[in-house]
Amino acid sequence: MATPTLEKTDEAPADAGHLVTVTFRIRRFNPEEAPDAFWEDFELRIDPKERVLDALHQIKWEQDGTLTFRRSCAHGICGSDAMRINGKNRLACKTLIKDITDIKDGVAAKPVTVEAIKGLTVLKDLVVDMDPFFQAYRDVMPFLITSGNEPTRERLQSSADRERFDDTTKCILCAACTSSCPVFWNDGQYFGPAAIVNAHRFIFDSRDEGGEQRLEILNDRDGVWRCRTTFNCTDACPRGIEVTKAIQEVKRALITRRF
Amino acid sequence: MSTEVFKVEDGTDYAAHPAPVIEPPRARTARTPKATRTNFELYGWLFMRVSGVLLVVLVLGHLLIQLVLEGGVSKVSFAFVAGRWASPFWQAWDLIMLWLAMLHGANGLRTIINDYAERDTTRFWLKMLLYTATVFTVLLGTLVIFTFDPNIR
Repeated sequence: MATPTLEKTDEAPADAGHLVTVTFRIRRFNPEEAPDAFWEDFELRIDPKERVLDALHQIKWEQDGTLTFRRSCAHGICGSDAMRINGKNRLACKTLIKDITDIKDGVAAKPVTVEAIKGLTVLKDLVVDMDPFFQAYRDVMPFLITSGNEPTRERLQSSADRERFDDTTKCILCAACTSSCPVFWNDGQYFGPAAIVNAHRFIFDSRDEGGEQRLEILNDRDGVWRCRTTFNCTDACPRGIEVTKAIQEVKRALITRRF
Repeated sequence: MSTEVFKVEDGTDYAAHPAPVIEPPRARTARTPKATRTNFELYGWLFMRVSGVLLVVLVLGHLLIQLVLEGGVSKVSFAFVAGRWASPFWQAWDLIMLWLAMLHGANGLRTIINDYAERDTTRFWLKMLLYTATVFTVLLGTLVIFTFDPNIR
């Protein structure tokens, strides 16, 4: 391969009894080399208690240095490594191999498929263009909007008021929800679950005064009314946010505001 | 739009490469039209729920009367329809059912067109066809209900 990988040593690791053989079937795409994406299989000897991200590292470092994917913190906080693993959107750094494979006699029964998240342009291998996703995020104004003078101390809030939007503060903007949404797949103009979740976080914040503007934005053609409540987003969220519920709460706020 | 996407940090212009990158339809960009500030989608969403509930009663009642009660489907004839439409109650029932079902169905199809048609011109013409068919059917049905002549020969 063009890019270097670690030099191979012939001696086998001393204690390798815990390792199993797993095939990773990865969707590869490199626009500089070929116009078409294709599936490539990599066979690994790996500890089943490792994560899919570790397997990707092992492939990149030991087998094929050209494998391209995003990851930063590798601990489920930065939201860089959302990908479609065995047909479901997950974070590679939070998915254990033993949880997604059926291991018999030290060999995984089926290959683990890994591909880029859907609905966004694939740039290379597992890397997608996140610009449309972050554009939708920006469009809902995800920042505190207030009027009047700034208080000299912090803006106080009761625990109950804080609890109201607690669930939606957990979002890490990994795009697992938005790229699991069938409406978003077909029409990228839809704001998508992640943007609505982040609007929800401020709409229901008692300290914020921009809720009206955000509701107006989400009341539009490409806003919450395009949601079909398929619950794909709730299933996909690696942070366990009840995404569909948040979207429904925005819908309810729009209706109660009107009637 | 397509060229800016491929200019990554190192300045490489991937647009110069022959491989076409498959772009998803209708990506959101800074140029995406801003909010129109109408409540049309809200009313559309509410209408689907309210009309859906009413249609369950109207349509199931209609089917029950036409197909099951008092002799089944074989009794439905010109005379049967003429007898029913002599009563303003059944005229109103059929009229409301016609309007709700047509508008409910048309709005559902509008949603599906919005979800699936990618190009703006395709969307526009599919919706025009839909609206024309809806208006025609609703007006024709309304006309028949109000001008029905039982003595026609």
